[in-house]
Amino acid sequence: MLTLEKRPQPSKNWTYAAPLLAVVITMIVGGFVFAALGKDPLVAIRTIFYDPLFGEFASYSRPQLLLKAGPLILIAIGLSFGFRAGIWNIGAEGQYIIGALAGAAVGLAYFPDGSRIVVFPLMILAGVAGGMIWAWIPAFLRNRFKTNEILVSLMLVYVAESIQASMALNLLRNPDGHGFPGSRNLSQIPASANLEIFANTGIHWGVFTALVAVVVSYGVLMRHRFGFDVRLAGQSPRAAIFAGVNPKRLVMTCMLISGALAGAAGMFEVSGPAGRVSIDFNVGYGFTAIIVAFLGRLHPVGILFAGILMALTYIGGELAQLSLSLPGAAIQLFQGMLLFFLLAVDVMTNFRIRFGSKE
Amino acid sequence: MDFGSINPVLLVASLMVAATPIILAAAGELIVERAGVLNLGVEGMMITGAIVGFIVTAHTGSSWAGFGAAALGGALLSLLFALLTQFLLSNQVATGLALTLFGLGLSALLGQGYNGIKAPEFAKIDIPVLTDLPVVGPILFGHDPMVYIGIALIAAIWAFLKYSRAGLVLRAVGENHDAAHALGYHVMRIRTLAIMFGGACAGLGGAYISLVRVPQWTDGMTAGAGWIALAIVVFASWQPWRLLIGAYLFGGVTVLQLNLQAAGFAIPVEYLSMSPYIATILVLVLMNAGRAPGSLGRVFHASR
Amino acid sequence: MSDILLSLNGLTKAYPGVVANSDVSFEIHEGEIHALLGENGAGKSTLVKTIYGLVKPDKGEMTLRGQPYQPGEPRQARASGIAMVFQHFSLFDALNVAENIALGMENPPPMGELEDRIREVSEEYGLPLDPRRIVGDLSAGERQRVEIIRCLLQNPSLLIMDEPTSVLTPQEVNILFETLRKLSSEGTAILYISHKLEEIRALCQAATVLRLGKVVSKCDPRTTSAREMAEIMVGASLHVPTRAATPKGDVVLELKGLSAPAPHRFGTALQNIHISVKAGEVLGIGGVAGNGQDELLAALSGEMKSAHGMVRLGGEDISLMGPNERRSVGVCAAPEERNGHAAAPDMSLTENALLTGAVRKGLVSRGLLDWPATRTFAEEIIKAFDVRTPGPGNAARSLSGGNLQKFVIGREIMQKPKVLVINQPTWGVDASAAASIRQAILDLAAEGAAVVCISQDLDELREISDRFAALNDGRLTAPRDMQGLTIDEIGLMLGGAHDMEVAHVDA
Repeated sequence: MLTLEKRPQPSKNWTYAAPLLAVVITMIVGGFVFAALGKDPLVAIRTIFYDPLFGEFASYSRPQLLLKAGPLILIAIGLSFGFRAGIWNIGAEGQYIIGALAGAAVGLAYFPDGSRIVVFPLMILAGVAGGMIWAWIPAFLRNRFKTNEILVSLMLVYVAESIQASMALNLLRNPDGHGFPGSRNLSQIPASANLEIFANTGIHWGVFTALVAVVVSYGVLMRHRFGFDVRLAGQSPRAAIFAGVNPKRLVMTCMLISGALAGAAGMFEVSGPAGRVSIDFNVGYGFTAIIVAFLGRLHPVGILFAGILMALTYIGGELAQLSLSLPGAAIQLFQGMLLFFLLAVDVMTNFRIRFGSKE
Repeated sequence: MDFGSINPVLLVASLMVAATPIILAAAGELIVERAGVLNLGVEGMMITGAIVGFIVTAHTGSSWAGFGAAALGGALLSLLFALLTQFLLSNQVATGLALTLFGLGLSALLGQGYNGIKAPEFAKIDIPVLTDLPVVGPILFGHDPMVYIGIALIAAIWAFLKYSRAGLVLRAVGENHDAAHALGYHVMRIRTLAIMFGGACAGLGGAYISLVRVPQWTDGMTAGAGWIALAIVVFASWQPWRLLIGAYLFGGVTVLQLNLQAAGFAIPVEYLSMSPYIATILVLVLMNAGRAPGSLGRVFHASR
Repeated sequence: MSDILLSLNGLTKAYPGVVANSDVSFEIHEGEIHALLGENGAGKSTLVKTIYGLVKPDKGEMTLRGQPYQPGEPRQARASGIAMVFQHFSLFDALNVAENIALGMENPPPMGELEDRIREVSEEYGLPLDPRRIVGDLSAGERQRVEIIRCLLQNPSLLIMDEPTSVLTPQEVNILFETLRKLSSEGTAILYISHKLEEIRALCQAATVLRLGKVVSKCDPRTTSAREMAEIMVGASLHVPTRAATPKGDVVLELKGLSAPAPHRFGTALQNIHISVKAGEVLGIGGVAGNGQDELLAALSGEMKSAHGMVRLGGEDISLMGPNERRSVGVCAAPEERNGHAAAPDMSLTENALLTGAVRKGLVSRGLLDWPATRTFAEEIIKAFDVRTPGPGNAARSLSGGNLQKFVIGREIMQKPKVLVINQPTWGVDASAAASIRQAILDLAAEGAAVVCISQDLDELREISDRFAALNDGRLTAPRDMQGLTIDEIGLMLGGAHDMEVAHVDA
């Protein structure tokens, strides 16, 4: 019989080993899934994890990697503060959408005049503000009425999607679009385009912001009182109040941070890779970012790597779809599995497995 | 715009149908939460139930077989959650989210090739005289069996919690797992069973959407029903009959907005379709939740 | 003496790093009140959990009335006639009395019948109890009655009681003892676990003393002195804290009609509390658990704010200040619960030093943390208070209860507060650590701090307080000088037999 025994303190080694082990187990189990779908598992794994980096078309897919990792990292960094403190904003997708809509609306309002120096920064501000407003709602309701922020933030995703559809069909629709839904293409308007900073690297302003967010949040988490309060509140809420942390203010701050970053990510996406507001320009980054945050163990550097890994599964998945006709859903399943296995092996960080009789 | 086209009798009858998947899933989650476990994976289990039920029905032609398979599928998926949270002591919030993401991926994968097929009709109960009664007939009689099973389930859960020994033990485990352990109750075993019951119910709820309510398969077709079920458990303060009220309230909003859409009401479709979600938020705000089970969401580890 | 009921032979149970029980053997006779004596960590709870089927021994065996006895789970133990009253963790706040009792029985009768039997038994043993009441609303003494009646309904041949008097007033203790004597006279054996020696001398007929998991002595408590037993239990002669008679200074801390609503469903409201504590003085606040101790500490530490003017420091109103503002003006506090309130168990000692030390030790400037200075502060606490740990990088949960408590108290004392408020300074702490903590509190007072010490241990309060007041249902009695106060007077201040009916036991 196996029994679990609590370690006197968390194992440092397992903290690093657990995510790697989870990736390996996911590859093995994923291999079986691919085999069950009639694909050669080794080829599938190579197509997903190796080819985007070093394969034939790597020069095309490598920049794509950063392009996809950018929003995931940016959103996950924002989520990580709340998750550490036990504040569960799982509606980042909604904040992402509203941020994108707000940013796009500002960009479109200045069309066709307006200089980039003015318009683009204003769009970023609008995106941040949009995400913050959407995140403010569940935070306010939790503080004021003790409503559950998990449910409220999630419900707001569906509300945001409805607003998005309405905007694409009505208010923000391209007047020169021959009646088709969707806005003008922001990425083709010089004043509002989220351009690559360095050509052919995939590093646009959103990716740059994500990298800055990694560095800043690392500093905050390790060196600033706020980071300490967040960690303390997550581990021992009562001790946090004793240490002078105001729980309501903490809820609000964490939610606003995640809303701001998700909103910014949405704005960078809609003015760059997505290009325009359509009925379905969002591709679920807000949900995938939750996996990224956990896979990165809510640590900025971990999130950086996890974001790149998750982007790899997206790009590799697309490649596998093209070359092996592997269904897209298989990749979604693969990502879900990754989080599952991470949570499973995580037990090793705080517990030791012992063989022997149960008490 | 024509309000006259909205028939109040049909409205009530169809709100009972709209509420049924929520009732089924929420009833299961209520038992899970009363046992002290927060399973946020309801959406994932529902969508898995939806596709498993659909596939089995599509191949066997029997809706009952489909419902059976959906319950089994939901229970199996929830077993993963039980394994992680009860034996590997993982965080319940994160694991529930993982279950939802996993279930969405799994169902999309399983559902390849089933898009757009129509499910065989699930026969309604037809009691000669009663069903033909005006007003009462279509509302109370003449639904498909799952509508009644949903209501019966609520009644059964109510009686189970209030009168049975096993129900008392379940509540005790949810209230204070350390005390229950000290008295010699098997906390992990009881919770695992509760989680699987919740999974089976969620599976049934999902299958009801794909087999009766829609009735066909599309990716992500549960569209947040699992999350609404979770919200309704909170709204109900963990009381079975209040859960029924909550689900009907929600069903009412859903059906009304669909009817308004059909009637060409002046509000754009997109705003009507967000109304169930806004209603859910409002309900969460207005109803001050009762006292949650004492050990809800906490990890149990029997120390020395 | 009558026949042997339960016999333990060579019971051994090891956990990684500790041997909880090592070759423990003794016998309990039918109808005997047998004391199991030992310090915290001596292995008493592991032993009783073994008897109750919650822990399986690595080695050794038990016999019950001559038959081999190996309970696999509590159910079997109960079926064999062994019942247990727990110190913590066995009642369900949200359920009513009858439901709680049904949960502890093998084959409970239908609810209506059970309620009648509860009334019957509770009358018979002088423990009145309403079966319909919600347990969360009961006082500590009444909660204990629930547990006792739960056991009595099973007609046990052995009743195990784990530290039963720690939650009772002296008068309530007398009621309990009468009940136990009656049970004993009817043939029920009682295994009575405690570290309160006078009680054991008054009640028990035999005693087994455990130290570090081993049986170190078996004695007759009626003929052994408390001091002898204490030395056997601790294994050394005890250091008794000394206090210098220091002149008291001006009033530092004042509570003027402090009232506050209950913070949660099963909390206690504070009602019109008046205190004034002088510099150099230790005010002891006694009371049975759950009478507002946590709430009073929270109101003083700043975790719970109170209305304007209710809490004053040297004349200045600090009622509306939060915990850190109060620290900055010199009010420090140490709550009862070490794990998760006074300290964060999963964080390192360095981080725990920052938890309250940030303000007075200047460990944060413009939001930025000074980790090297924090680490130095943690090291100073470890050194000054003899905290046994490999270093400040270790997690708080890796420390034993006594060591963590020394760290927590040390952390506050090292900040040189003007006012220190402590709740249960030595709860669950071994005797030597307890003695050094009490000495540290007295030393702090001698240096001119005002100390409020909330405790349920009356011996402790008699040892360190200058004045004594009792907390009862959120109300505080007027403080009296500790010197000359008798145990009966203290008992009456604590609320006598509380809101309980006085027992009338038909022996």
